[in-house]
Amino acid sequence: MDEEAYPRRNYLNADYRFRSWLWTTDHKRIAILYMISVTLFFFIGGAAAVIFRLELMTPRGDLTIAETYNRLFTLHGVIMVFFFLIPSIPAVLGNFVLPMMLGARDLAFPKLNLASWYIFMIGGLMAVGAIVAGGADTGWTFYSPYSSLYSNSNVILMALGIFVAGFSSILTGLNFIVTTHTMRAPGLTWFRLPLFVWSLYATSLIMVLGTPVLAITLLLLAAERGLGIGIFDPALGGDPILFQHLFWFYSHPAVYIMILPSMGVISEIVACFSRNRIFGYTFVAFASLAIAVIGFLVWGHHMFVAGGSIYAGMVFSFLSMLVAVPSAIKVFNWTATLYKGSVSLETPMLYALGFIGLFTLGGLTGLFLATIAVDVHVHDTYFVVAHFHYIMVGGAVMGYLGGIHYWWPKITGRMYPEWWGRLSAGIIFIGFNLTFFPQFVLGYLGMPRRVHEYVDEFQVLNVMSSAGASILGVGYLIPLAYLIWSLRYGRLASANPWGATGLEWRTPSPPTTYNFDKTPVVREEAYQYDQDELLSV
Amino acid sequence: MHLHVVPKSTYFIVAGCLFALMVLTVGAAQFDLGMWNTPIAMAIALAKATLIVLFFMHVRYGDPLLQVFAAGGFLWLIILLGLTFADYLTRR
Amino acid sequence: MSAPVAASAGHVAHHFDDAEQQYASAELGMWLFLATEVLFFGGVFCAYAVYRYWYPEAFAEGSHHLDLPLGTVNTAILLLSSLTMALAVRAAQTSEQRAIVRNLGFTVLLGLGFLGIKSYEYYHKFEERLVPGPNFVTRHPELAQQPGGESRYPPPAEVKEEPRYKLSSTAELFFSLYFVMTGLHALHMVIGIGILGVLIVAAVRGAFSAAYFTPVEMTGLYWHFVDIVWVFLFPLLYLIH
Repeated sequence: MDEEAYPRRNYLNADYRFRSWLWTTDHKRIAILYMISVTLFFFIGGAAAVIFRLELMTPRGDLTIAETYNRLFTLHGVIMVFFFLIPSIPAVLGNFVLPMMLGARDLAFPKLNLASWYIFMIGGLMAVGAIVAGGADTGWTFYSPYSSLYSNSNVILMALGIFVAGFSSILTGLNFIVTTHTMRAPGLTWFRLPLFVWSLYATSLIMVLGTPVLAITLLLLAAERGLGIGIFDPALGGDPILFQHLFWFYSHPAVYIMILPSMGVISEIVACFSRNRIFGYTFVAFASLAIAVIGFLVWGHHMFVAGGSIYAGMVFSFLSMLVAVPSAIKVFNWTATLYKGSVSLETPMLYALGFIGLFTLGGLTGLFLATIAVDVHVHDTYFVVAHFHYIMVGGAVMGYLGGIHYWWPKITGRMYPEWWGRLSAGIIFIGFNLTFFPQFVLGYLGMPRRVHEYVDEFQVLNVMSSAGASILGVGYLIPLAYLIWSLRYGRLASANPWGATGLEWRTPSPPTTYNFDKTPVVREEAYQYDQDELLSV
Repeated sequence: MHLHVVPKSTYFIVAGCLFALMVLTVGAAQFDLGMWNTPIAMAIALAKATLIVLFFMHVRYGDPLLQVFAAGGFLWLIILLGLTFADYLTRR
Repeated sequence: MSAPVAASAGHVAHHFDDAEQQYASAELGMWLFLATEVLFFGGVFCAYAVYRYWYPEAFAEGSHHLDLPLGTVNTAILLLSSLTMALAVRAAQTSEQRAIVRNLGFTVLLGLGFLGIKSYEYYHKFEERLVPGPNFVTRHPELAQQPGGESRYPPPAEVKEEPRYKLSSTAELFFSLYFVMTGLHALHMVIGIGILGVLIVAAVRGAFSAAYFTPVEMTGLYWHFVDIVWVFLFPLLYLIH
């Protein structure tokens, strides 16, 4: 490992003025802006979860009334999906490392990148404004005609906030795709790219091709509600199920916006901490693209009981099963990468291993839900809630935290405290399973989601879940504390503390403003971890 | 990447074709062709769009990557329409 | 007539290696943006397709209440503006300064003409109460004969004396889609005209030449795309038999 001195001039100390952050076009600084913003949103969404998990400790509504409860889970869903999960890995970690992984000085459109953050914040403020004004109670799915005709809540402002934030997602995706095409360093062919780049590319495709449909759908919804221009209004002969089609055309692929970047992070971490080349690089790379494309063909599995065609349901059911193939390829290949590797269990690796297990569980229960007969039984129950939390929290959030720890030395130039890192990774894993595994059981026994009261038989499992949630909450607060602590007191990081491959580790920690003094030339494949050499160190 | 300057005459010919197609589509709409009215109108619109994309938007002279990107949006639109109609065409 | 894109150091941003990389990025980015636009409009086209499949008669009846001659004139105007836009890009490529300004100017005028006619059509629809919403009542008896429910809204009090007919609800769907589709299209036109205005100011100052014409070319792509949207809207809205 090469010990380089803390670089005197880097992107963090290049300029200390406040406006140098607000007007920055440096992808690394924009990543930091995003990191602060999504962390804020994460804890806003988490606060709502705290309240409704407390409410669910007892079978009666003794903390909140039904209306408040509806607003709380809507808040939680909207904020977590649109303002945390979707921007988290792409806009924070992707923004930070993608140009460095490509050997580029910045993204192709730096000003657009900054604009996307401002757009995101405007959308976020609109959504928070809607919450402060009383909140929406439609659920994050905004199903018409409830949202357009009956709900007496702040649907328009909430929907327009998401509409606006969608453009930031589009701009990020557009920027990533163009950058990956045009800004690769000499010698960096497509099949030498780190797998994180492949997964971000696949994610960006979904952002660019899916988000506009959500935008127009929410616009139509707002027009129907605000201007009386009925598009989905059954009183005019309109079809509310059409809203669901258009909504899920984006919102199912959006699940892959959340999980694909996480998969890319896991590929980086697993290769690095088992000192092995990724098993079947090409398969993992193409699996990302396959998930992105097939992800667009499966949205109807959210609508099996909505009243559409049963024949279309069968087609969607079959297509949904197909997604399991590329997902399984990834899981098998990560596992094979571990095989005969020299595995070391640093914090990022703990998150990665957690991801593999939890994602597998979440993915397999997804197959249950893709089967029409089972879905009719568990639709709109806690089984669904548990399933998608295993994907989104067990998958996406685990990957995000793993990636934050993995690249923290690069981002800040400081090491986080390893012992605390491992501790909180363990706490999060335990807390997560205690929170969400009982929900599989609850759902299978028939407890519906989105209710604040339930029959007495379900109380034991609900108390378990709430207890797990409090453990999980502690698990999330510990990293917040020690990562902030490490900014000042952490050990100085070398340029490459993990001995990892990849161009981002060839820059100093933290990098200089333009990343590379001279454009690097790539002469080797990705993940050239030579075990013999490392064992001798 | 090379700058390709298209002769003016090409643009005028393409514009002429576009106007001819416009007249054709308005004309065709005046006759009752049964179920064929809509397919004909859509075919003419598609022809006009193709002319604009290929010549005015220079996709004909662009590199293959651009052609893929230009087609991609329309391909995804077909996915949206196709699977949505898988529902509507087979509802009981 | 092929020539390499001439590098002009003044126009290359710091993070690009050369003008060629910068141009390729801009072109790719623009086409990706247009792909998002295709899907943005695609959502409404999908809604249109579903409802037209369900209510063909109501759509045909609604279509007959649009102004076909004005629609045709507008189509011709937009096609012509696409030609002048293409000529403006060509003029930039060949560094013909006066021709750039002239053709951009024609394009703006044609675009304004289109919007003028569109406004007149909208005005007429308001007059005839063909705008969806609480006042959606009309004097056209044939529309009232369409299958479907009664109007949801009581007729406004101030027009109680006039003879009027309640429109079928499905015809209201047609006009909802008409206003959303043409409204979004017109919004894109307004944005396009704004960008063209900026370009004209820059062109008068001689900003564009064979060495650097990216903004003209990219705006051209946008303008042609908006034209293509109309190429589909015209037969779908005005030409239903």
